[in-house]
Amino acid sequence: MTDASMDAAGAPDAPKKSSLMKTDEHTKKRNRSETWFRAYGLAAIATGLFFLIVLAVSIVSNGLPAFTHTVVDVEINMTQDQYDDAESQLLKTSAYEKVFIAAMGAQLAAGGLELEVDKKVLQRIAGKTGSILREFYKENPDKIGTPVSFTLPAASRVDQYLNGALKREDVQDSRFLERADLDIVDQLHEAGIIKSAFNWTFIQGTDSGVDNPGGAGIGASVIGSFFMMLVVLFLSLPIGVAASIYLEEFAPQNRFTDLIEVNISNLAAVPSIVFGILGLAVFIQFMHLPQSAPLVGGLVLTLMTLPTIIISTRASLKAVPPSIRDAALGVGASKMQSVFHHVLPLAMPGILTGTIIGLAQALGETAPLLLIGMVGFVARGYPDGFVNGFIEPNSAMPAQIYTWAARADVSFYDKAWGGIIILLVFLLTMNTIAIILRRRFERRW
Amino acid sequence: MSFVKSTASALAIAAVSATAAAARDQVQVAGSSTVLPYASIVAEAFGDNTDFATPVVESGGSSAGLKRFCEGVGENTIDVANSSRKIREKEIKACAEAGVTDIIEVRIGYDGIVFASQQSGPEFTAFQPSDIFNAIGAKVLKDGKIVENSYTNWSDFNGDLPDAEIAMFIPGTKHGTREVFEDKVLLKGCEDTGAMQAMMDAGMSEDDAEDACLDVRQDGKSVDIDGDYTETLARIDANTNGIGVFGLAFYENNTDKLKVATMGGVVPSTESIATGEYPVSRPLFFYVKKAHIGVIPGLKEYASFFVSDEIAGSDGPLAQYGLVSDPELSATQDAVASETTMGGGS
Repeated sequence: MTDASMDAAGAPDAPKKSSLMKTDEHTKKRNRSETWFRAYGLAAIATGLFFLIVLAVSIVSNGLPAFTHTVVDVEINMTQDQYDDAESQLLKTSAYEKVFIAAMGAQLAAGGLELEVDKKVLQRIAGKTGSILREFYKENPDKIGTPVSFTLPAASRVDQYLNGALKREDVQDSRFLERADLDIVDQLHEAGIIKSAFNWTFIQGTDSGVDNPGGAGIGASVIGSFFMMLVVLFLSLPIGVAASIYLEEFAPQNRFTDLIEVNISNLAAVPSIVFGILGLAVFIQFMHLPQSAPLVGGLVLTLMTLPTIIISTRASLKAVPPSIRDAALGVGASKMQSVFHHVLPLAMPGILTGTIIGLAQALGETAPLLLIGMVGFVARGYPDGFVNGFIEPNSAMPAQIYTWAARADVSFYDKAWGGIIILLVFLLTMNTIAIILRRRFERRW
Repeated sequence: MSFVKSTASALAIAAVSATAAAARDQVQVAGSSTVLPYASIVAEAFGDNTDFATPVVESGGSSAGLKRFCEGVGENTIDVANSSRKIREKEIKACAEAGVTDIIEVRIGYDGIVFASQQSGPEFTAFQPSDIFNAIGAKVLKDGKIVENSYTNWSDFNGDLPDAEIAMFIPGTKHGTREVFEDKVLLKGCEDTGAMQAMMDAGMSEDDAEDACLDVRQDGKSVDIDGDYTETLARIDANTNGIGVFGLAFYENNTDKLKVATMGGVVPSTESIATGEYPVSRPLFFYVKKAHIGVIPGLKEYASFFVSDEIAGSDGPLAQYGLVSDPELSATQDAVASETTMGGGS
């Protein structure tokens, strides 16, 4: 310890010196609050990530069972008599089902499995096979009289039992499944007659009746959603962009345009079901467009999407610096040339972002579709032609998911989760295309 | 500019063909969510078994369905309304005012209403209508006087019931089920407990007393469910003491989760409902617009397919799913075949 240092520290009324090397109280406080702020930010991101992961895991784990189903291998030799007999009945499919049950019983007996299998048991184990068989024989009449091996779906409860969703001890004897049936299922499973397979029906098929969860598919409603999105895209993008270019670049600033602006912002906040009622009144009751048609669904969703696109387009037009416009006008471009050659290309990424958000919103909407007849049991096959895709009755993915979730048979619940996965895949594809387009349009200045 | 041109032409084509194709080739159905499962089974089978297009079946409740049904005649209105109750005079009048005069009523069978609780919950295995009324009526008879319902546990009014908190989930007012629940359970319970007599003795007219009987307490012990049975099931799942009101078919699909209670000493089953022993059941209907027969392809065929022995009979897929088939089905088949409208005309 030297004298000098004693002096400096000990002098009572020396002026308070601040040093860059030593942090004072105030700086410490500022640093502390910054550290805290960073911690809050990290915590917020971590919470968000946590929920995202929980969501993704639960969707995938709940939805995956929908993509596999349990099938039964069986060889059927349909005779002409059986075919004629089945076709002469009112409920043809159930006649085909009887043929299937008989064939399966015969196959089990011949296969040397030491099983006393009642027809009733087979009926409970087998799914709804009649319509598949009828379709096959109607398309291939030459196959009548020759043995054909089929892979047909098993009952939904058997499916649940084999994928572990239904525990043996939870099975209550009912006309759908009895506990004793499971022994037979186990033996058939070991013998390889009942096995698990990828469920193409779920991806390609249409909705099915409530007693046939195995036959339910989301394919038709994917098409429905696709056509709706086409309508939304081709109506809301040109209308929205034209409206916002006019409002932003050409329209005079007065009370009238202010009023329009306020109303557009208000429209963006209107609950979607209101657009559904509007669609019912205007498009179906007044304009006599067909019910349950993707065209009407698309029109309703267009109304809903327009404000979103207009607002985001105007924002991105505003973000283009005025110097670009001035320069264009300065070298003799007309107002329209300056907008279309210079401003619009620069605003394009922003416009596309707005469109993605608008379309994604429209894709997930169920409420407006409730009122125009797209929610319910709409089990139509694929439309036979591009134009028919717009006007034939169809459902949309979120509507289909909603319908499945409300059904009594728990297997439909799995289908609903599986539907969510397909919906997300559709959304991701749509967004990827938009992002690629945005990259290509992106210009720097 | 080619983009704009192609957009415009695509839209024009779509609009033109939409008007051209407005001639509908499929039957449109809307209405009761209780009938929806049966209608969807029939619609799928109809599409599979005939050359007609698969009908489109919407849900939304009996009242909403009948309202849309009565909007008028024409291709942009529905052809069939499903209902879990009979059409009301008021609705027939509204229909007539909109030009829907010839309505064919088709009864497809019966549905039982069951009271069920969680498998692992308290032992709710036997109810009388009076128990339900005492549990959720707004005003009940207590010590000979009509008082605001203050019961909190089932054992408060019936020592045979578990000492568990009252939590009932009943169908909301837009459900057709609600009407049956009120008629066959609440009103019956009101009469059985003597509450109705006491109200009338206190100077109420019979109609007022009936209305008072149907009032449900609003303190949260009874919750109206406006959604589907799946919502009721979710509530029961989350509440050990919860008791829900379900359709028989829904219960039978979920026997591994639900425990059913007897009503008036009778176990609900298709048999006990068909014989009329089980007290709480109701007929299910659908209504067909006669003016649309011959205009909408497949409408009459759909109706007669629906009530055929193969579909609605006791061995058909509807009975398989839980519908109690109508013993007088053949009369219904005749009525559909001859297009007999309500009020007798054909």
